Amino acid sequence: MAANGIASNGGTQNLDDSGPARKKRLMPRDKLLSSLHEIQGRSPGKTWITNDELVGIAQDYGIPLAELGGIVSFYTMFSRERRGRHIIRLCDSLSCRICGSLDIYQHIRKKLGISRGMTTGDGEFSLEIVNCLGACGTSPNMMIDDRLVSGLSMAEIDAILDSLAKEKV
Amino acid sequence: MSDTQCITKFATLANPLDIDAFAASSGFSGLRKALAMSPVEVVAEVKRSGLRGRGGAGFPTGLKWESIAIDDERYLVCNADEGEPGTFKDRFVLEHAPFLVLEGMAIAAYAIGARTGYIYVRGEYPHIVGSLSSAIASAVKAGHLGEHILGGDFAFNVEVRIGGGSYVVGDETALLNSLMGNRGYPFLKPPFPTEKGLWGKPTIVNNVETLAYVPYIFARGAEAFASIGSPDSPGLKLFSVSGHIAHPGVYEFPMGSTVRELAAAAGGAIGNLKAIQIGGTAGPIFDAAALGYSLDFVSMRKVGGALGSGALVFMNTTVNMAQVLDVTMRFFAEESCGQCFPCRYGTRQLAFMANKIASGQGKAEYLDLMRETARVMVGSSFCPFGQSIALPLESLLDGFGDEVLSFVKQQEFLKEAAV
Repeated sequence: MAANGIASNGGTQNLDDSGPARKKRLMPRDKLLSSLHEIQGRSPGKTWITNDELVGIAQDYGIPLAELGGIVSFYTMFSRERRGRHIIRLCDSLSCRICGSLDIYQHIRKKLGISRGMTTGDGEFSLEIVNCLGACGTSPNMMIDDRLVSGLSMAEIDAILDSLAKEKV
Repeated sequence: MSDTQCITKFATLANPLDIDAFAASSGFSGLRKALAMSPVEVVAEVKRSGLRGRGGAGFPTGLKWESIAIDDERYLVCNADEGEPGTFKDRFVLEHAPFLVLEGMAIAAYAIGARTGYIYVRGEYPHIVGSLSSAIASAVKAGHLGEHILGGDFAFNVEVRIGGGSYVVGDETALLNSLMGNRGYPFLKPPFPTEKGLWGKPTIVNNVETLAYVPYIFARGAEAFASIGSPDSPGLKLFSVSGHIAHPGVYEFPMGSTVRELAAAAGGAIGNLKAIQIGGTAGPIFDAAALGYSLDFVSMRKVGGALGSGALVFMNTTVNMAQVLDVTMRFFAEESCGQCFPCRYGTRQLAFMANKIASGQGKAEYLDLMRETARVMVGSSFCPFGQSIALPLESLLDGFGDEVLSFVKQQEFLKEAAV
């Protein structure tokens, strides 16, 4: 794509009809992020995009692999590195910070033994800090996988994490 | 519809996805009236209402619609990539009044001649993707979306797309890039999206809340809408109230209401009020005098701020302003898209200094250095993101710089005393 402009590939037109292997119809480009979400969470506990999956998406959409890598790295919700079976996204926006997000951070750090950006040794949890979950009316907030968890006591947070750690697939 | 409730009135429905309940409380009546007019008349009506974009910039909505270029294909995009810290009103609208947004989109699409619309929902709201899709399906079934809307010739289809986690994508040009499956980089205007937007075609991007107010203009008339609020910024507005306040939440008030009225509605501050950030993270941090400010686009400009998204974060005297500085600067550094150097590097410098200060390793000269860095960014950053960092930084240092400086000096003293 052009640095300051709209991508030249409109997404819907089929740019590579060069080889027999690439004759298949390309996916419309506006569905790319949905596809990335889908493949990243393809099975319970899988929270990252593998290299093989990335190659598959690049072929489905007709996007050069390097460009696709650049797109994936731009968005914070995608990871190409292995992450925990569950992602804890702790909000540390101003509202959450002044309502106690640091206390929760310290609590989770001690409980799970991981800091920001780390995954527990057993591969259960990854801890991420995010900049706003858009739920400031119930600060402090975090998301555990797809679920918004707000205004809970440390004991309640412990209960959720413990129950998640127990349920194995 | 009472004059102080529009969106929040629909939000009281027991099941927001029950299309019959929505229709029974006069839902879709705006669409019916709009479709009885010509598209040009619809645009004129929105212009007369004085509706301004609720996403932050406050651009007149009718003017935007009018400026869409002529082409065989045009698009409407609903910006539901709410990411401004302190803001949670669009989540509220989408969770509680999804049909109001769809009705507004159908009216907008009719006015601008779009056959396809997209709702771009931020990645952090996955449940809304599901509920919106089911709302769209019900609306199509009931003939309020899809082919032959209300039995006529007008056809309009809406699709939901999800983001991947990026603040900058809230900017309309960055959002279009993201919607087309690219990195969410903003692009230079002109050409404006109204000329070259999605897939290079004329595109209107409107915020969720803006679209949710459109039906009111037709159900009740442009005059009724214009008679609410202040002359320059008419209508109602959703305010996201959070922080040290008794009842945080989303409040619907006429434009031009004072911060004091909002604070009172939310039960007043918890503890002694010290500071209020208005408009989001890119908005200024005021002291308690801001209680007297009127919340509309023009009044907020006059006091050196911006209405922005209508976020109000209340802080009491337990808050250390060095921490506020740290959180704010880190936000900018992490969310800078990295496309241009002044913002990519400047935000990192500012976050570094703010973090040093907050963690007790700051130096007094950082305060001036930070101001200088922000000034350079105002003049040289590619998009409004990098240019806007000066507002929170300078207001914080103007209003609370003494506190930050004394904190820095105290920490320096403690360090020396420990040697």
